[in-house]
Amino acid sequence: MSEQPSNDSVGQRCQITREDFICQRIEIQKLREGENLILGFSIGGGIDQDPGQNPFSEDKSDKGIYVTRITPGGPAEVAGLRIGDKIMQVNGWDMTMVTHDQARKKLTKKREDVVRLLITRKSLEEAVKHSKGSHPRQ
Amino acid sequence: MDTESTYSGYSHYSGRSRGSHRHGERSRDRHKSRSKDSRSEKSVTINTLPAEPLLGDSSLRGEKVQDDNWGETTTAVTGTSEHSLSQEDIVRITKDLEDSVGLDCRRYVTRSIAVILGLLVFFTPLAFLVLPHILWPDKQQRCETACEGLVISVAFKLLILLLAVWALFFRPARAGLPRVFVFRILLAVLVLLFVTSYWLFYSVRILHSQDPDYKDIVQYAVSLVDALLFIHYLAVVLLELRQLQPCYSVCVTRATDGETRHYNLGQLSIQRAALAVIEHYYCDFPIHNPALLSASKSRAAKHLAGLKVYNVDGPGNNASAGIAQSQSRAMIAAAARRRDTSHNELYYEEAEHERRVRKRRARLVVAVEEAFTHIKRMQEEEPKKAPGDVMDPREAAQAIFPSMARALQKYLRTTKQQHCHSMESIQQHLAFCITNKLTPKAFLEGYLTPGPTLQYGKDHWLGRRWTLISEASVTSGLKDGSVFLLKCVDFCLVVTSRKIPYVQMSEEYIDPKSHKFVLRLQSETSV
Repeated sequence: MSEQPSNDSVGQRCQITREDFICQRIEIQKLREGENLILGFSIGGGIDQDPGQNPFSEDKSDKGIYVTRITPGGPAEVAGLRIGDKIMQVNGWDMTMVTHDQARKKLTKKREDVVRLLITRKSLEEAVKHSKGSHPRQ
Repeated sequence: MDTESTYSGYSHYSGRSRGSHRHGERSRDRHKSRSKDSRSEKSVTINTLPAEPLLGDSSLRGEKVQDDNWGETTTAVTGTSEHSLSQEDIVRITKDLEDSVGLDCRRYVTRSIAVILGLLVFFTPLAFLVLPHILWPDKQQRCETACEGLVISVAFKLLILLLAVWALFFRPARAGLPRVFVFRILLAVLVLLFVTSYWLFYSVRILHSQDPDYKDIVQYAVSLVDALLFIHYLAVVLLELRQLQPCYSVCVTRATDGETRHYNLGQLSIQRAALAVIEHYYCDFPIHNPALLSASKSRAAKHLAGLKVYNVDGPGNNASAGIAQSQSRAMIAAAARRRDTSHNELYYEEAEHERRVRKRRARLVVAVEEAFTHIKRMQEEEPKKAPGDVMDPREAAQAIFPSMARALQKYLRTTKQQHCHSMESIQQHLAFCITNKLTPKAFLEGYLTPGPTLQYGKDHWLGRRWTLISEASVTSGLKDGSVFLLKCVDFCLVVTSRKIPYVQMSEEYIDPKSHKFVLRLQSETSV
């Protein structure tokens, strides 16, 4: 698995398992609510789950972690996370081949205040194509 | 009083519904119907029952117009042709009488032959044992223990044989079949040959040589009885057991209205298969109701009556067969092209009839339920009421019958079943239901749905004569694709047989431990 380092947040091309995705980096600050640190979204999916019931995936055998709900006004929405995003990495940990519980644990570590997610989104592809088409190659 | 007039009307009707000799009564009928002509069909009082079913009324009035020439038309497609007697019927009845005498003769002859054979078989071993003592008493040896044991066994085996033969052969005959029963003849011949050969050997070896050894004679008798028991076993297998395993599936269709049933039969001859089919017919097929078929006949008659064919080529044409063919072809073509609205009429008529039947049925159900509430079974602990109040079932039935009679009669007339039920039978049924605590719904079940023929009075099925019409010999066995007809007076049953296919079954073993399941989850966790 290789990754091209870059500081762009949008339109970054990453290659994982010989396939090209358009990825975006999102940084979410955890919000303290009482005793818990919450991020403000819900995840679904995992290698131990049934991929056929995922409404957001294009390929129904994709067992990755998807964002299924975003609390309005929460830290995730503020940071730019959208419903239907597929989470590829969390703080450097790979999220494409994990169980649901492992994913939850990686996101809810009590010692971390910030999570940096690498997400991919279907609409990103179109946005990049559109921008490339409207502006000639720089 | 309403009740009394009901009795008279109905009993007059039921007496006249039996088949024969209606000529004289029909003329009386016509006078009666003329006088009642002014009254409407929908009169609701019981004592103005029309004397014949509704359909009969219309055709009677039709015949009134053709009064002069009804004697000359021998075949007329009217509703009363089933009840009238023509010359052919008289001839047929006399032929039936002759045939029935012949059949009874044959039955007695078979019975007597069977009895003679049975007596011969039964007394032969006894004769074998007794004859030496009678013929040369002085030369006989004493009967030792083993010999006595054998004599006792002969006695008991004969008793068993007697009981077995009585159980298998001396049952009341249930039918008279057209040809003899081949297996029985075979067995009778076998037994006769067997016993004759034994007598032959006995007379030559023992009587002629005057054998003094009694034990030999007793053993000879024992062997005869054993062999007879084995022949009886053969008879059981051939006559009873062989046809139990189902081999052919027969499809029985009634020609008049298309009612079809399927049965599984074993390897039988055609006449025995026909007998089995008839016995199933009486139990399973709803009763044949000729009144329900008149509608389609009248439609067909109307269809053909609208066309007339004229021959414009002149009468001098030789090929008459060609003319007939071309005429019929022309009729068919014209009929096909004609814009026919009879389907419309049929649709609306059927819808209307359905509605009418349902309305009358609702009224009938309510009337019967109400009538049943008036009857209460008297409890034993209640103090005895005056003798006038306490009734037996028949009186109770007669007491509540008038309140439901009109609704029942109208319903039966609408569904054209009124000739199947006489007033006595209805009252008897009502008394039966009251005695056995049947509910009103149970009482009505026999009238709302037409039941099997056995349910109705005996005159519907007693003494029915059936004719077996078959291309193959009736003593030959059923084969795949064999077809035969069973003709009764009013209708015909068409029977086709098919071989039950050979079933090749294989097994698949499933280990009980292989039943394992996984949960398909889709959980959502908020972080």
